[in-house]
Amino acid sequence: MAEYNRNDSMTDKELQLKAVHLRKKTLEAIFEAGAGHTGGGLSCLDILNVLYNRVLNVSPETFSSPVRDRYVQSKGHSVEALYAVLADRGFFPEADLKTICHYQSHMVGHPTRHIHGIEMNTGALGHGLPICIGMALAGKMDSASYRVFTLLGDGELAEGSNWEAGLAAAHYKLDNLTAIIDHNTLQITGHTRDVMSNEPLDEKWRAFGWAVKVINGHDYVQLTEALSKPAEAGKPTCVIANTVKGRGVSFMENVAKWHHGVPSDAELKQALAELDLAAAKLKEVA
Amino acid sequence: MFTPAAKAMAEKLGLKMGRANLDEFAATLEELAKVNPNIVAVTSDSRGSGKLAPFGKNLPKQIVEVGIAEQNLVGITAGLAACGKKSFGVSPSCFLTARSLEQIKNDICYSDVPAVLIGISSGTSYGALGTTHHSLHDLAVLRAINNLTIIVPADNFETREAIKFAAMAKKPVFVRFGKAAMFGLHKPETKFEAGKAIQLRDGNDVAFIATGETVVHAVLAAAQLAERGIQARVLSVHTVKPLDTEAILKAGRECRAIVTVEEHMVHGGLGEAVAATLLQAGVGKPFRIVGIPDEETVPGAQADIFRHYGISMEGLSQIAHSLLK
Repeated sequence: MAEYNRNDSMTDKELQLKAVHLRKKTLEAIFEAGAGHTGGGLSCLDILNVLYNRVLNVSPETFSSPVRDRYVQSKGHSVEALYAVLADRGFFPEADLKTICHYQSHMVGHPTRHIHGIEMNTGALGHGLPICIGMALAGKMDSASYRVFTLLGDGELAEGSNWEAGLAAAHYKLDNLTAIIDHNTLQITGHTRDVMSNEPLDEKWRAFGWAVKVINGHDYVQLTEALSKPAEAGKPTCVIANTVKGRGVSFMENVAKWHHGVPSDAELKQALAELDLAAAKLKEVA
Repeated sequence: MFTPAAKAMAEKLGLKMGRANLDEFAATLEELAKVNPNIVAVTSDSRGSGKLAPFGKNLPKQIVEVGIAEQNLVGITAGLAACGKKSFGVSPSCFLTARSLEQIKNDICYSDVPAVLIGISSGTSYGALGTTHHSLHDLAVLRAINNLTIIVPADNFETREAIKFAAMAKKPVFVRFGKAAMFGLHKPETKFEAGKAIQLRDGNDVAFIATGETVVHAVLAAAQLAERGIQARVLSVHTVKPLDTEAILKAGRECRAIVTVEEHMVHGGLGEAVAATLLQAGVGKPFRIVGIPDEETVPGAQADIFRHYGISMEGLSQIAHSLLK
């Protein structure tokens, strides 16, 4: 079974403050690009924050190490949040965020390996989990200690390839694999339950042979506990992270149009002001 | 596969019947895997049809079964390659290159991992099983994807060399072949280089530019034409992408007519690639693409289908004659 991962160099409060900064960077990047996936980026940002700052055994310096932890963002459209986290971790200069979707910039609107820190090119949905099974199998073959993580959208689960992969991960007892579902219950058209109902997710993944944890995807204690070690020996872990699409900005929360809505100048200012207020409140709490 | 006259011609040329390219592939991969533990075969309930049952028995830690799930097969093959394995995803070409095309495009080619995809029983190898099992689209769709070397070996030698090349390649490779026993076409001293066509016969009247399991028919047709005073050049274009444009342009400039031959629909395969090469260089010669036309493929075994569409010694000779009139 893969080893316990946890870097406690930052407190929960420090991570929460960082999350506010990263949400601002994500919104600014989308505003600069004139395109992007706002709602899903904000819903998964706390997950990415905990992964990259507390759980994943990877850094800009160790990114070519064969024993680094692997993270593949299957819901590739939420790339602006990932770019913001990677820039903050020092994989590339923060100034690069201003080039997202620009002519001749490698920072295209879905993850590519041209960007330091990105493992695989994703963006078409239903690809991350099969890829991660291959990575986890390679780890098992080599008796390597690394863990493999992927982040799926809940709307993405309508792609049948996820369920092919769900069978295979359990069949091969890949306890070095963790699939996180960003369960924000919205997709581009509206509520996932209306587009293609997929509940109950926990029972489905358990029936497929996975160890399942259902958590609040914005709670740093729960995220840390769920992600820092596999749930059960001999089983892949599925973390269903209940999240809020557009989290952190009042007028974006739980509104489907913000799936890929781009804020206007005024909306950006309001969003940044709200986030600054949130940071101030966090600092006030002892 | 061959008429009595074609068999007699093969005998006259001293061609020796080998085994199926599929068997050659399986044996070669196992040999390589025995000395390279990083080689991993990935199958989709296809180890039997891929002749990999001995591989699985002898190297059980180097084979991954994914069940009947081709999308998963390609994704897993990509993930293995991304983590240092030399992975070979093996599945019937009809499914591999259609159902999992997006995984080939994104997970392997766009992500640029050194994975190998093996399309078994390609073209019309499954013959009478029908169109569901034919892959007459695979070269067309894969040619349109960046960052993929596409190899279609003609005989056991080309198959062995293609697999050896693929095992060492740092970039994505696709190899497809059938399951019929093949005549050996090459001299022992022949060198195989991916991207370089092999000239099997010289001649300046007509050039047969062929790939895969059709090449033998071009060789036989060239011999038949020679008996009638027509000198035919035969190129085995085992690598469909990147194309050996130098050899093709040379043939186009030196020969009076060009016939391309492939076990593929006439759209998007070798023929159109050769046509584009010649036209863009200003080389215009009487030209014919021989392949499977854009229609529901005639029912029958692979041999019946080949004969029906003129992929035979007799058919190709006749086409060459008509172009040279």
